[in-house]
Amino acid sequence: MIIHKFLTHFGRYLQLMGRTFSRPERMRMFFKQYVKEMAQLGVDSIGIVLLISFFIGAVICIQIKLNIQSAWMPLWVSGYVTREIMLLEFSSSIMCLILSGKVGSNIASEIGTMRTTQQIDALEIMGVNPASYLILPKVLGLITIMPLLVIFSTVSGIIGAYATAYIGHIITATDLTSGMQHDFTAWFFWMGVIKSLFFAFIISSVSSYYGYSVEGGSVEVGKASTNAVVSCSMLILFSDLFLTQLLS
Amino acid sequence: MIEIKDIHKSFEDKEVLKGISSTFENGKTSLIIGQSGSGKTVLMKCIVGLFEPTEGDVLYDGRSFMSMTKRERALLRREMGMIFQSAALFDSMSVLENVMFPLDMFSSDSYKERRRRAEFCLDRVNLNGAGDKFPGEISGGMQKRVAIARAIALKPRYLFCDEPNSGLDPKTSLVIDDLIHELTVEYNTTTIINTHDMNSVMGIGEHILYIYEGNPEWTGTKEEVVSSNNERLNNFIFASDLFRKVKEAELEREKAEGII
Repeated sequence: MIIHKFLTHFGRYLQLMGRTFSRPERMRMFFKQYVKEMAQLGVDSIGIVLLISFFIGAVICIQIKLNIQSAWMPLWVSGYVTREIMLLEFSSSIMCLILSGKVGSNIASEIGTMRTTQQIDALEIMGVNPASYLILPKVLGLITIMPLLVIFSTVSGIIGAYATAYIGHIITATDLTSGMQHDFTAWFFWMGVIKSLFFAFIISSVSSYYGYSVEGGSVEVGKASTNAVVSCSMLILFSDLFLTQLLS
Repeated sequence: MIEIKDIHKSFEDKEVLKGISSTFENGKTSLIIGQSGSGKTVLMKCIVGLFEPTEGDVLYDGRSFMSMTKRERALLRREMGMIFQSAALFDSMSVLENVMFPLDMFSSDSYKERRRRAEFCLDRVNLNGAGDKFPGEISGGMQKRVAIARAIALKPRYLFCDEPNSGLDPKTSLVIDDLIHELTVEYNTTTIINTHDMNSVMGIGEHILYIYEGNPEWTGTKEEVVSSNNERLNNFIFASDLFRKVKEAELEREKAEGII
């Protein structure tokens, strides 16, 4: 029964994606939507990304310094571990997990409400492909902006770590800097960026699917929004596992 | 002209439409009436292609909708305008942007021309000056008028209205009915209105199709409704005291004048 349900959803999802990735009726309108979605989904998320990353960067640095660092460990360990955690996991995977809550529910409820208020039917009657008009700009917009959010997150986390040095005086800035610069592998940065592209696709397409398939009223929109966030989170965690193995 | 031929529609085991045929002429307002759950909305969705009929065909000026490719259907839809029960305006766009939307999508005119056409359509529905407002800031009647302006922006050949008076007061309903009728004549569109508003039936019902439990029960004009002997139709149309009295008065007048 669960497998049947999963396969049904998966089949419908693939059908929707087939309709989504078709040539837009009017490129001018597509670009207008694309820029709007980048602003709505990405730029509007910068604040929360910077805030969370700043505090997580600071907390990781404090935890490593106070609880892990010992006399036999080099002084640069705190900075090194903070950088690696931010680059490898937090800024890409965990930040996307957090964004799946904000962006995913936003997308699902917006498209779901358009479905229940017949706005999607109105598009269809006009001869517009609603999937392509509504979903494609969201998918491409989030894929475009997500790597930037990852970079902002990493930078903000590192600034948070420096705040523990300059404001909290828990670690010296010299130790932190030597840790940050120690054995830097550029690929780790690209790994985070590549993972974020996959996660952006998951968040935007899965949430759009849940919103697009709403039937009924406001209760169903709420359910679709919740289901979208749960499904996105699960898929991000599973795909993180495979992507980390694949890219490492 | 739209011709529907033997339309059947089933949802799993339940047959909602049981073979409906009718012809809707251009320049006339055609009404599909029936009780809630009789299949009016399903029929309209079959006509516009939101539902695929289980059997039957819809001919748009002789062009079979069922045999059209996706591309041909998309092109045909540009000749359609639809007014939804809920108006279905795009929340994120202003009133003017809503009306400009079909023009932005399909018209090759310059921005100035598109804007001028949208403003003309808003003016036509007496909404000049409301262009900058958002759908959430205007009343239900105004929303319906914006929906009408959007529907006529591309000068459609076919106009569909799904319960355009739903949720409106009687006076505003009359304004909407008159507007739809005027536009039907002005643009010579084939207009199909789905309604259970008896004021609309008596006011603009140039061609009426009464559906009862998915069957085509009666066809005629607003003048013929009054003298019809169809019991189901009479029970439906003259369910209220007011309309029953109107019918009695009308019949007495016709008797007195020797018409019947």
